[in-house]
Amino acid sequence: MDAPLIEMKNIEKHFGPVIALGGVSIDVHAGEVHCLLGDNGAGKSTFIKTMSGVHKPSAGTILFEGKEMNFSSPRDAMEAGIATVYQDLAMIPLMSVTRNFWMGNEPIRKFGPIRMMDFAHANAVTMEEMKKMGINLREPGQAVGTLSGGERQTVAIARAVYFGAKLLILDEPTSALGVRQTANVLANVDKVRKQGIGVVFITHNVRHAMAVGDRFTVLNRGKTLGTASRGNITPEELQDMMAGGQEMAALEGSLGGTV
Amino acid sequence: MADERIRDVSRIRRAMIRPELGAIAGAVLVFVFFLMIAGDSGMFAPKGIQNWTVVSAQFAIIAVGACLLMIAGEFDLSVGSMIGFAGIVIAILSVQWGWPVWFSIIVAFAVCMSLGALNGFLVIKTGLPSFIVTLAFLYILRGLTIWLSILTTQKTIIGGVKQAAEGDWLAPLFGGKAFRGLFQWFADMGWIDTFSRGSRAGQPVVEGVPMLVIWAIALVIFGQWLLTKTRFGNWIFAAGGDKQAARYVGVPVNRVKMLMFMFTAFTATVFATAQVIEFGSAAADRGLLKEFEAIICVVIGGALLTGGYGSVIGAALGALIFGVVQQGLFFSGAESSLFRVFLGTILILAVILNTYIRRMITGEK
Repeated sequence: MDAPLIEMKNIEKHFGPVIALGGVSIDVHAGEVHCLLGDNGAGKSTFIKTMSGVHKPSAGTILFEGKEMNFSSPRDAMEAGIATVYQDLAMIPLMSVTRNFWMGNEPIRKFGPIRMMDFAHANAVTMEEMKKMGINLREPGQAVGTLSGGERQTVAIARAVYFGAKLLILDEPTSALGVRQTANVLANVDKVRKQGIGVVFITHNVRHAMAVGDRFTVLNRGKTLGTASRGNITPEELQDMMAGGQEMAALEGSLGGTV
Repeated sequence: MADERIRDVSRIRRAMIRPELGAIAGAVLVFVFFLMIAGDSGMFAPKGIQNWTVVSAQFAIIAVGACLLMIAGEFDLSVGSMIGFAGIVIAILSVQWGWPVWFSIIVAFAVCMSLGALNGFLVIKTGLPSFIVTLAFLYILRGLTIWLSILTTQKTIIGGVKQAAEGDWLAPLFGGKAFRGLFQWFADMGWIDTFSRGSRAGQPVVEGVPMLVIWAIALVIFGQWLLTKTRFGNWIFAAGGDKQAARYVGVPVNRVKMLMFMFTAFTATVFATAQVIEFGSAAADRGLLKEFEAIICVVIGGALLTGGYGSVIGAALGALIFGVVQQGLFFSGAESSLFRVFLGTILILAVILNTYIRRMITGEK
């Protein structure tokens, strides 16, 4: 197998006396969906924030394409090719799809010394990229607020891919979505993988993870409980690892089914 | 596969559903109203038109600054005090210290834009709401203005700027009239009344377009262009819409906000300079309550108080409504207190309509 796209080795993150991450290691290959599972407070968010340059790790190394990285801002990580789609910070609902899509990367057209945003180009590309993801916009000037939650996630994913992301981090993209929208987003994650992009998919829903994941890593209380490949682990085992075994089994017994 | 639940939207509906619709409706209503009750009072004769155009232009100049700043997610309550302060600075430098008027004007712009930058710096560094920070400057600048004025002249009004500005090259840019030749020609053609007696016999009653109006039009065009056609405009929307999301994709949010505070200060100084050159004097109480009037214009124009949404054209229409209503009071000779009721009603109606339209456009709940 070829070298991993990103390697996170023994990442630790302390916030004062709190040890949020106590030595977490994972690696992601190009064209792979690596699912990061964990219950609330397991350290998933902190971990991806160190990966995307929001937090500096207290200890540990990050190797991206074989080179050691020291991100000091999200901008650094983005320039290296790591794009993050946050669950609720993906889009600005008051702005149009085009304006959101190009935010921070606006195309420029020059008229002598005057620099204007090239809306004709921006609109055309936006419509085209949305179409590839299976969203037919009424018009590119439509506000993002008129889109459904799944469509918003999709716009954010399409944006990251269009601007050359090599590694795409998705922070709980399906947690607030309905069944149909979840399926659409997962289908798009699959499309992205097929383009050779590495995907880190954060979720606490085992079924969503099983639907697209190639490998699965479970985090619990700031530590990795191990990584398993697809086919070597059952959803029940994943669920148990996430929740911490015994207790959960007892709870499920009383509820009469798997949660 | 198009979503079968999305109905085709007709062209008319699409043309109607704009952020400025509330302001357009308000402006039409105001004009119809005054044509009906004050149509024969001279309000719509050349002299009358000039009267309410100048007042509207004053509102429009500061509304452009307030509008862009509000869309970027911040307020500036120090605009009114800044107007008084800029005027006094120009008057003290040019009349008391004898500096050339053009240099005094440039210094006033530099000082006020630095104060705007200080406002922005404090808001960004402390993370306090701009409402509080600029409220402090509302008091600080007003106090400084009165103190400086008393300290140098023992008065709160400083005159003599007109004489000092004689022959100055920069002053006419703020206080002069444009297109004089054209208006003389209009008068010769008999389209505008001329003075029949006195030293100005034969001259038109309206000599040209006041520079204040030219400034207003230029600023509105610039503001609308900046907001809707440039990359920086996209950053203004993004900074006010969700600063964290904007930062994550690399928008320099702090720089955008800082520049908008400075631009607001710039518009306040334009207002102040034009007023000082026009009146030939500066007074420490100039610009009182202007910050709120600017904000009202912007809100009538469809901007969202919390930022991220709005229109410069809308704000300009808000300024037009304000100017027409205020001057309409004098022309119609009606009970002025009733017109405040009228203005308040327009404000409420425009804002209700704006909120409804905004929800249709943005899908907000």
